[in-house]
Amino acid sequence: MIVIESLTKRYGSATAVDAVSMVIERNSLTVIVGTSGSGKSTLLRMINRLVEPTSGRVLIEGRDTESEPGHTLRRRIGYVIQGHGLFPHRTVAENVATVPRLLKWEEARIRARTEQLLAALQLDPALYSEKYPHQLSGGQQQRVGVARALAAEPAVLLMDEPFGALDPIIREKAQDDLLDIQRKFGTTIVLVTHDIDEAFRLGDRVAVMSEGRLLQYDRPEVLVTRPADSIVARMTGSAERAMRLLSLTTAGEAALPLASDGGKEDAPVVRASASLREVLSELLWRGSEIATIVDENGTPCGRLTVAAILARGRPS
Amino acid sequence: MSSPGFLLRRPASARDAPALHGIDRLGALLTLVGAAGLFLLPFVAFKANRILPGDPRGLEQVLPVWAALTCWATLAAVAAVALLCANASLRLAAALAGLVVIAMALATAANALTPPHNRIVRVAPGAGFWLLLAALGLLATDAITRMRPGPRARVLLLVLFLGVVGLTLAHGTFDNVSVMREYAVNSSAFALAARQHILLSLGSLGAAVIVALPLGIFCHRAPRLQPGVLSALNIIQTIPSIALFGILMAPLGALAAHVPLAAAAGIRGIGAAPAVVALFLYSLLPIVANTVAGLKRVSPATVEAALGMGMTRWQTLRSVELALALPVILTGIRIVLVQNIGLVTVAALIGGGGFGTFVFGGIGQAATDLVLLGAIPTVVLAFSAAVLLDALVERLDRVRQ
Repeated sequence: MIVIESLTKRYGSATAVDAVSMVIERNSLTVIVGTSGSGKSTLLRMINRLVEPTSGRVLIEGRDTESEPGHTLRRRIGYVIQGHGLFPHRTVAENVATVPRLLKWEEARIRARTEQLLAALQLDPALYSEKYPHQLSGGQQQRVGVARALAAEPAVLLMDEPFGALDPIIREKAQDDLLDIQRKFGTTIVLVTHDIDEAFRLGDRVAVMSEGRLLQYDRPEVLVTRPADSIVARMTGSAERAMRLLSLTTAGEAALPLASDGGKEDAPVVRASASLREVLSELLWRGSEIATIVDENGTPCGRLTVAAILARGRPS
Repeated sequence: MSSPGFLLRRPASARDAPALHGIDRLGALLTLVGAAGLFLLPFVAFKANRILPGDPRGLEQVLPVWAALTCWATLAAVAAVALLCANASLRLAAALAGLVVIAMALATAANALTPPHNRIVRVAPGAGFWLLLAALGLLATDAITRMRPGPRARVLLLVLFLGVVGLTLAHGTFDNVSVMREYAVNSSAFALAARQHILLSLGSLGAAVIVALPLGIFCHRAPRLQPGVLSALNIIQTIPSIALFGILMAPLGALAAHVPLAAAAGIRGIGAAPAVVALFLYSLLPIVANTVAGLKRVSPATVEAALGMGMTRWQTLRSVELALALPVILTGIRIVLVQNIGLVTVAALIGGGGFGTFVFGGIGQAATDLVLLGAIPTVVLAFSAAVLLDALVERLDRVRQ
């Protein structure tokens, strides 16, 4: 758990972050979203003390981050930045081994961990360990950046616009991979982005910042249904808030029990992991009233009607 | 001293076939130069003693007919290859064959013209020999450049070249050539001068690196001070070397006179001290400027990532920033080393020692051979330093980029 208490950063007379307080639950994925200059990156960088706060404090698992030197604190916290920041003069394996080397792990342990992480990020260690960063594609570089940040098994991972340099298709894949990794390693992730769609897609909780202040910090659906003020409302997009709400629920979560007759034969079939927004779009396209939901194995596990979906698009 | 850059750096654009209607343009130029040297200028100069002006002699006058014919035939074949052949290995082989032939011709001529046991007569290489040497040398280096050898191969070539020349000289093949005569007289002074020359060049370089590297890092960190520091160093660079040696004589002399410790440490108004100080001052700008440029080249994201991973400032500087800037910094060091090897020659004027002693001694005595005894090793030294450091820079860059 990360507790942030009235954290403030001033540069001269300008206030970059203004008395922000928030609690980040363990094993959650929290997204801080805001326009450029909103103070979101500064807030993130005060958690690992790349930026020293003017006032306020940060507690990680109850321990004040000021109680140890900044560089040893940062070795316990993973950090991923936009454009990956890989060391161009070091191989992929050496890049990933950066923090374990700083922590003076044994070589055998470092090698085992590096190979495990590269494999987990779909980079064949035999193929990629000895490559240099410039020999990789943008998506691969980004994954090496994540592997490097996770190398020393940090409980907390900070990510500053990690997908900013990727093109849209790779970006979506990278976001899915991040969710997988979070499930696999149980890391507490704090991610900064200016992209509200990314925030809604990834965040268990979303913090909206503007001009250094934390406007609202809550579950995504609350941000849509009960925005704290007009800025949050504008950011979450009042024109399409119903659709955004639908995109937060999966078909599996909203599924109705299967009809006893097994459902209509020609009903469109959708995966349980699809969002209600995708199901609705499919139904509109096919001109159908009802969809059959199937699980990962293709076995029908429920159904969804247009009426049931529409009911989910209203604030409850 | 300008360095022979064509051998050191591979050309950016491919230039494998600068041919015009089948005739190689560089080959044509070199053939003209070589032919002029061979037919219009004397191959050797015969002197009754070391300071008398030479009596010019052509190749055909100093060699037996068969030898002169062999020589001409070989050089004609070399010219044909230079003009018509695009194969770099063959061009290199031809150039080397030409070099061997003119070297042997020079040695033979010297042996033939020198009466036995005569230590007064001098046979000096003439203008024609030098032109041929230049043309063939250019042909060889151009061929090497076209072959695009890697850094390791270039160093190997250099070692091979120095080894062959060294063995030939040690064997005594050229003992009757004027420069080697001069060497025989000055051999112990030559060893001392070589030691001084290398020590002065490397010593001032070492001192400059110790000061300039931190200064460059400081300039990078404090960009506001950068223009001031760089323009101050720039001004030093514009002072002519002789003037700077002169300027330093007064304060260093005063220092030696009033501070016994300085005098005890060997500091004098003349000698090695002002030479080292002047060379040190000249060395600062290239190293500081290249350190700043090298550090600027490191992306801020990389530095941020290093700090974010938990590296200390010192670890970040050493293993990320300096490691990435190293090829550029080494380029600066290369400039300085080559520059210093040349400038040390001038330091002989104020008693700094080194090969310049022979150059200025030779000018004073109007003895060209003595001037050459100082100048040739200086050129070889500077050239070797440039090849070695260029190879090192390229090797680092190849791995890191």
